[in-house]
Amino acid sequence: MSRYFTEDHEWIDLDGEIATVGITDYAQSQLGDIVFVEVPEDGKQVAKGDDAAVVESVKAASDVYAPVSGTVIEGNPALEGEPALVNEDPEGDGWFFKMTLSDTSELDSLMDEAAYADFVSKL
Amino acid sequence: MSAINQSGWRPEMTPERRSNEATFTGNRALMLEEALIFEIGSLDTTGVDFAEAPKAASRLGGLERHKDIGLPGLSEPEAVRHYTRLSRQNYAIDLGLFPLGSCTMKHNPRLNERMARLPGFADVHPLQPVDTVQGAFEVIHQLAHWLVTLTGMHSVAMSPKAGAHGELCGVLAIRAALDAKGQQSRKVLLVPESAHGTNPATAAFAGFSVEDIPATEAGRVDLEALKARLGPDVAGVMITNPNTCGLFEPDMKAISDAVHAAGGYVYCDGANFNAIVGRVRPGDLGIDAMHINLHKTFSTPHGGGGPGSGPVVLSAALAPYAPLPFVEEQDGKFILIEEETAGEHHADSFGRMVSFHGQMGMFTRALTYILSHGADGLRQVAEDSVLNANYVLRSLEDVLDAPFANSGPCMHEAIFSDKGLPEGFSTLDIAKGLIDEGFHPMTVYFPLVVHGAMLVEPTETESKAALDQFIGACRSVAERAKAGDAALKSAPHFAPRRRLDETQAARKPVLVWKEPAQAEAAE
Repeated sequence: MSRYFTEDHEWIDLDGEIATVGITDYAQSQLGDIVFVEVPEDGKQVAKGDDAAVVESVKAASDVYAPVSGTVIEGNPALEGEPALVNEDPEGDGWFFKMTLSDTSELDSLMDEAAYADFVSKL
Repeated sequence: MSAINQSGWRPEMTPERRSNEATFTGNRALMLEEALIFEIGSLDTTGVDFAEAPKAASRLGGLERHKDIGLPGLSEPEAVRHYTRLSRQNYAIDLGLFPLGSCTMKHNPRLNERMARLPGFADVHPLQPVDTVQGAFEVIHQLAHWLVTLTGMHSVAMSPKAGAHGELCGVLAIRAALDAKGQQSRKVLLVPESAHGTNPATAAFAGFSVEDIPATEAGRVDLEALKARLGPDVAGVMITNPNTCGLFEPDMKAISDAVHAAGGYVYCDGANFNAIVGRVRPGDLGIDAMHINLHKTFSTPHGGGGPGSGPVVLSAALAPYAPLPFVEEQDGKFILIEEETAGEHHADSFGRMVSFHGQMGMFTRALTYILSHGADGLRQVAEDSVLNANYVLRSLEDVLDAPFANSGPCMHEAIFSDKGLPEGFSTLDIAKGLIDEGFHPMTVYFPLVVHGAMLVEPTETESKAALDQFIGACRSVAERAKAGDAALKSAPHFAPRRRLDETQAARKPVLVWKEPAQAEAAE
């Protein structure tokens, strides 16, 4: 399983055919206490860069973009009742949605863990 | 001879004793505690005694209410005191400086209120015969004339009820104009990062897709990035000028020319018109539509205090599509152009945004403000609001980071960031510290392009003495943060309530009062 990162601070894990998407620890630390998450509906078709989810903290509301194109197969049902999961475990239990990819080569344009760490250190 | 005791306190009363001692009631002299309305009074009490209702057969088919609806029980003096006590825990423009950026919280001249309460304006009904409300129509017509004159535009739609409503009006006019030209394929509205937050929401609501245009390092629209994005799918641009960084967009005319050359229209968010009224005419900058927040620039109560009003001035290109109704003068009489009469006067209107004619009370206040200031007075409004904001900017830039301090003078608002605050201290702590100093905080965490933004709009209302006191308070709070004063992290200490847990309030809002026993059972 390999993990990729976007410049919009999303992470994506690919495990076989299914990818899991969330926001990074850096993103949650910048947003502050998260109070609401809206995850996409099952079956939603998204193109790379489309609005896929909404995350709202005490400071701001932000869109979460689809890091790659594909079809959403599941939103994280736990986030509706417990948005704090995104603060507590952003890159684990606080995942946003799972999707299948329509073009795995889109992953090539994303960053790996080291490149993302370098990207964040320059912000 | 001993010195005069200026404090008035007896020497043996130490400040600790004065501030820490609890009182039996929880009150502190004139600072009165107040419980929720459900927690006071008695259910046996009413303000008015009604005769027993006559027995009648129910016609509600079993839907009639059986349970007590849970109204509180208060006598008239108890109700009056409850709300008066609550009002004393509030902050208002009539109590002090209200530095909320992007809101233009200026003094409301009492003359405006007097005019708005004249029975010919206050006690009219929108369905009265037009012959009986000629004076009210004349006010609408005259105000329309001055708004068109001040902005250098072709015409104005008076009915939108506030800023975002005005935005929607302007954007729908753009949609109608494009549709009339058969250009339904223009679906993208470009919105710079320095625009008001409502702009992208309006564009999306009107069915456009929204694309960002980045801001430059200097906090202005990136003209080259904008030009590069223009094309046959672009309907236009929504720009805020002066923008939310408090800066004038010097490339405005070039932006308009480029958008027009590419077949698009220019919407300008006029919420910040206060900074340029009497000095700049948006029509000269190539703008096609702009709303004017009467409740900001022309001083009508707002911010929870009263209704807004957002007339939209339009270029000749968009004027034919303006919404109904319209007041027009014909043979010395004022007539109302509505659906029945639009055919001959205003055939291409995109429709109607409100039931009636707009906010009459706001129209009267705004016209009073315009006429009592005159042309020179309005120009001075703009000049003094800009001068005051620059005074704040230059007085605080050594203690608070001012990201655009080198972009030249600001307009009507000064912006600061949280850069330079020590680890563990945030913009929120500065804002909460200001509450202890007796000020409403500035706008915080907006605009998003500035990290930990603090946006201060002092308005022209404030005297130098008032500004100096506010600046002194800001300096003191900023210096306490820089010195690592941990007490600031839990401010406010002197407000009726301490710092609220905004996270819990948002995650687990309690919106309905329950009997304490019931609430405990629900836990």
